[in-house]
Formats: sequence, structure tokens, C-alpha cells
Amino acid sequence: MRSSLAIETRNLGRVYKIRHGRKSEPKELVALKDVNLEVPRGEFFGLLGPNGAGKSTLIKILSTLLLPTSGVALVDGLDVTRDMVEIRRRISLVSGGENSGFGFLSVEENLWMFARFYGLDSRDARQRIHEMLEIVGLADRKHTRIGELSTGLRQKMTFVRGFIPDPNVIFLDEPTLGLDVAAARDIRAFVKDWIRRYPDRTILLTTHYMAEADELCDRLAIIDRGQVLACDTPANLKRSLQQDTIYLLRVAPPDSKPAPNGTLESVPGVRQVTVAAGDGYSELKLRLAGDDALGNVLSHVAAQGSTLLSLEKREPTLEDVFIHLVGRGLSEDAPPNGAQGSDE
Amino acid sequence: MRSSLAAFFSARNHRALRTFLTATWLGWRQEASWASAPVFALYLILRPLSSVLILVVMYSVITDGALEQPIFAYIYLGNALYILVGQLVGGISMAVVEDREHYQMMKQIHTAPINGYAYMLGRGIAKLLLGVISALVITGVGMLFFPLPLHPAAFDWPLLITSMAVGLTGIAALGVIIGALNMVIPRHIGSIGDAVAAALFLFTGAIFPLDVLPTWMQSIGFALPITYWLEASRRALLGPDAARFPTLAHFDDLALLQVLALGALGFVVVSIVVYRWAVYRAKANDLIDMDTSY
Repeated sequence: MRSSLAIETRNLGRVYKIRHGRKSEPKELVALKDVNLEVPRGEFFGLLGPNGAGKSTLIKILSTLLLPTSGVALVDGLDVTRDMVEIRRRISLVSGGENSGFGFLSVEENLWMFARFYGLDSRDARQRIHEMLEIVGLADRKHTRIGELSTGLRQKMTFVRGFIPDPNVIFLDEPTLGLDVAAARDIRAFVKDWIRRYPDRTILLTTHYMAEADELCDRLAIIDRGQVLACDTPANLKRSLQQDTIYLLRVAPPDSKPAPNGTLESVPGVRQVTVAAGDGYSELKLRLAGDDALGNVLSHVAAQGSTLLSLEKREPTLEDVFIHLVGRGLSEDAPPNGAQGSDE
Repeated sequence: MRSSLAAFFSARNHRALRTFLTATWLGWRQEASWASAPVFALYLILRPLSSVLILVVMYSVITDGALEQPIFAYIYLGNALYILVGQLVGGISMAVVEDREHYQMMKQIHTAPINGYAYMLGRGIAKLLLGVISALVITGVGMLFFPLPLHPAAFDWPLLITSMAVGLTGIAALGVIIGALNMVIPRHIGSIGDAVAAALFLFTGAIFPLDVLPTWMQSIGFALPITYWLEASRRALLGPDAARFPTLAHFDDLALLQVLALGALGFVVVSIVVYRWAVYRAKANDLIDMDTSY
């Protein structure tokens, strides 16, 4: 019987042994630890996490490129350690920032080659390639060598390569990485259209971009240091913070004393503070227990001699959820000795 | 039960054949893409010509121009045939490094439902085709311009075709063994395939009979199917002239082919085992798409 789950992991773990020199003892890095996920068929599932969180390690395991060191991973009901070839017939992997193909081949040749690897008849492959190149606006470039394409066009071609075999499960690993705004928007539109046309297909997306995850994903897991910290719909994740109040303050000068977290976090009612340096100001994002705490914060800012430039009350975003769970923003590096995969 | 087994093997073979043919096409496109068609054609002719001229000049200087001696035909044909070894072993094994580090396509290829063994073979076949063209050009030049006793009508075609089919199978398996090892070697320190092919040049009787080597070195040569392939191919092309060198004279043609087949089969079996081991190691140690700054 066909499993109702497209992806399932049970206590999945991956440990890398890193050796610095032949005689040194190998050092263990835990990239994934007891990851339990269930992704039903037809779901657009997201993995959100900073560099080194374990996202790419998980995708590598699910796409049969890497063996787990513990636990079980099933894709389309098949075991990634035993049914590799059968899994590969049913999946596709698109990575952002990848080389995208053999530079000496044309767009059409590269796509045709992969279509043949996936078992498509040559004529059917060319037909499908033509249709998909039309959809993404690359039809006029099909005879262009890949090496002559811009980054955005190459990424579009990579997308087409991923979707041509008509996979049951597609892994999108940072698919819009390094793309300009217009190209990223085109890619997202293409993905949304595809999932609308094929509602029984499953997409697993890893991304740095909160807005992308919020826009595309039915559900998402927030992952850090190899562990899943939360897994729910974007709306539910944001709702979990609604008992708190989010304020965005801009204060000057940027090196004023209120900026350090420790000082402000000691103010009654302040639950969390993150600071970002702007051009001539510091931007403080505050998670407060309630509106009442704002007076204390403003008094503290004034007492430190800083000038309040702006104040904005915000609805919780995925980024707020992320900071709440992980303790730092996506762009901030994990502290040393964090459990990080070597692949990211 | 029988029909399901038949279906399994049919699908598997179809996948392997499809992978092999597509990879062969890819390899040929790679080889032919760096120049325009006329320049590429010129390259195909000039490259072997230059190597054969170097060989003939060196031989002439050392022997004072004794081109009619049987050893000249021995060396000349050995050199022409050995091009196939270098091209096939180097082509297959280097494809792993090129795919992984130059084109960075290993990840995409290994998530596609290909037969990895067939893919490696296919990637090397294009190089073999170039090698065949080179060998044909060299042999043709030898027939036209040098006193080589080569007469196509007198060739032992069945022996030639059999030795080529069996011998090249074994040599391709050697290429897969080295290519598989390349998959798990994290630091690329040069072309191991080329190095192995060059090293075996000494031990297989390509340019001099094995008898001139010390006994322990001869043992290496006798253990390699390439030695028997070269001997069988020379016999097929030169006829009685090939028998002037006593190294393998005690083998009749059938015995020679049997030893060659046994050696080639051994290489094939070892290549399958090593390939599977290497893929497992690469997946266990996250080496499939490693970048060692090639």
C-alpha cells in the first residue's frame, strides 16, 4: 500500500567525523540529531534555519547522496539506505548557486541529457523541454551554451531540469540563493504554479528567506544545530507569539548604551532584544510581555542619552518566531562549538 | 517469479544501456566542443602523427635507421595499441574528477536514476573513440610510409576482433577501478589514471618484449591482461612476424585468448566490487560532491 507520507524521518541523525591531520583523533560534529518529520503527500514543506543548521545535510540524506548515521528516513515510502535507485526515480533536487550543468552543452542539450537519465523517451523529452522553457521564458535561449547564460537564467534552467522528470517529491535547496529580485519572483511564481497544477506532488524547500518560506510553505520546520525546534503552519507559528508584543525602535547614536542586549533585557517586561546596526542608528527589535512595558523601555533609552528616531508596533513575523526559538537572527552566525554540518 | 525476475533484469539493463549511451554522447560532446569541426578534425590527425614521428625519429637515431627489423613493427604497433589503454583508463577515471570538481555536477548525476557503473564507462568511451582514431592514423601511416608488414587481407580478423572486445573490456574495468578510487580520494594530486596507464606501459610488453625485464618485473606483466591483449592483437595484425619474440610464444592463439578472457573477467569482477565499495564510502563520508580545489 502506498504510504500517505511523502517524507518521514524517525530519530534521524548524522554525525560527521572530522580529522585535522592524519594522526589526530577525529572530532565529531553532530549535523542532525533525532530529527522526526512527517510530510504528507501534496504538501509544500519548508525547512528554515541558519547556516550550519543541518538543512542541506537533511536534503542530502533524503536525496540519497549521504547516508545517515542513525535513525530512519523514508521518501515516498522507500528507505533511503536500501531503495536508492527507486527513490531517485521519484525525486528531483534543485540547489541554488549550483554550477547548473556542463558549460559546453546548450540549454536544450543539458535538459535532454537529464531527461534521458530519468528514462524519458528522446522525443517526449524534447517536447517537454520545449513546453517548460516556454513557461519560464527561456525558449529563445535553448541553443545557447550554459556557460554563456547569466546566473538568473542558469537557475531557471536548473529549475526546469528539476521539474522535467515530473517527480513525486522535489527538493529545493536554497533555490533563489544569489538571484536578483525579479528572477527570484519568477522562480517562486513557477513553483506556485507547478504545485497548483499537480496538487499530489510534494515540495521540500530549504531557505534563508523568511518571506519566501512564509509565502510558499503550507508548513515549516525551524531547525537549528541539527534539531527541529518547531514545526507548524506559518500562521500557527506566528500565533504562538501573539501573547507578546513586538516593537521596532530606531535610536541614535548607533553606539549608544541602550543597544547592548544585556542592558535592555534587564528592563521589566522585556523578553527579548535583537540589535541591528543601521546607517547612523541602531535598530532594536523588542519582544515585550505587553504594551505596558514600553514605558520602561523608553525611559531606559532616554536615561542612556540616546535619541528615539522611530517607534513601530509590529505583528509577529516568522523572523520573530525564529529569534524566539533560536535566540538569534538568521543572518547571525551560530556560536562556536555549535553542532554544524560540514556541508553548509 | 520468473517473469518478475525477467522484468527486473530487463529494466535494469535498459537503465544501464540508456545511461551508457547518454554518457557516451556527453563524453563526445565534451571532447568535440573545445574547437570548431575542421580544427577538431585536424587535431585528430595531427596529434597521433606527431607522436608517431617522435617515436620513429628516436628509433631511427638509436638503430641507425633499421626500420625493416621486426622489433620496429613490434614497437610501432605496441605504441599505437597502447594509446587505447591510456585513453580508456584515463578517460574513465578522469571523468569522476572532472564531473565532481570542474563541472560540479556529481550531485545532480547521483540523484538521477542512472546506473553509475555504466555512466563511468560511457564517459570514457569518447576518449576511447579518439584513441581508436589515433591508432588507425598511426597504423595507416605505418603501412603507407614505413616498411611495416601490415596487409589487411592477411589480418587474422576473428583473433583481432575477439582480442579487442575482450581486452578493451578488461582495460575499461581497470579504468572503473581507478575512477572508483578517485571517488573517495579527497585530494586530487594529478591524474591517477594516466599515471597507472603510464606505469603499466613498462610491464605489458608495449614497447619491448617482457624478456628484457628482470624476472620479478616480468611477473607483473604476466599478471596483467593487457600483456596478453597486446600479444594477441600483434599476432592478428603481423602474423608470423609477431612470433619472433619468445615471451608468450608457448601460448597458442586459443590459450592466449583464454588467459586474456580470464584476466579481463577478473578485472570486471574486481571493478564491480571496488565501484560498489567506493560509492558506499563516498555516501557514508559525504564525498560525492566534495570540492578539493581541482
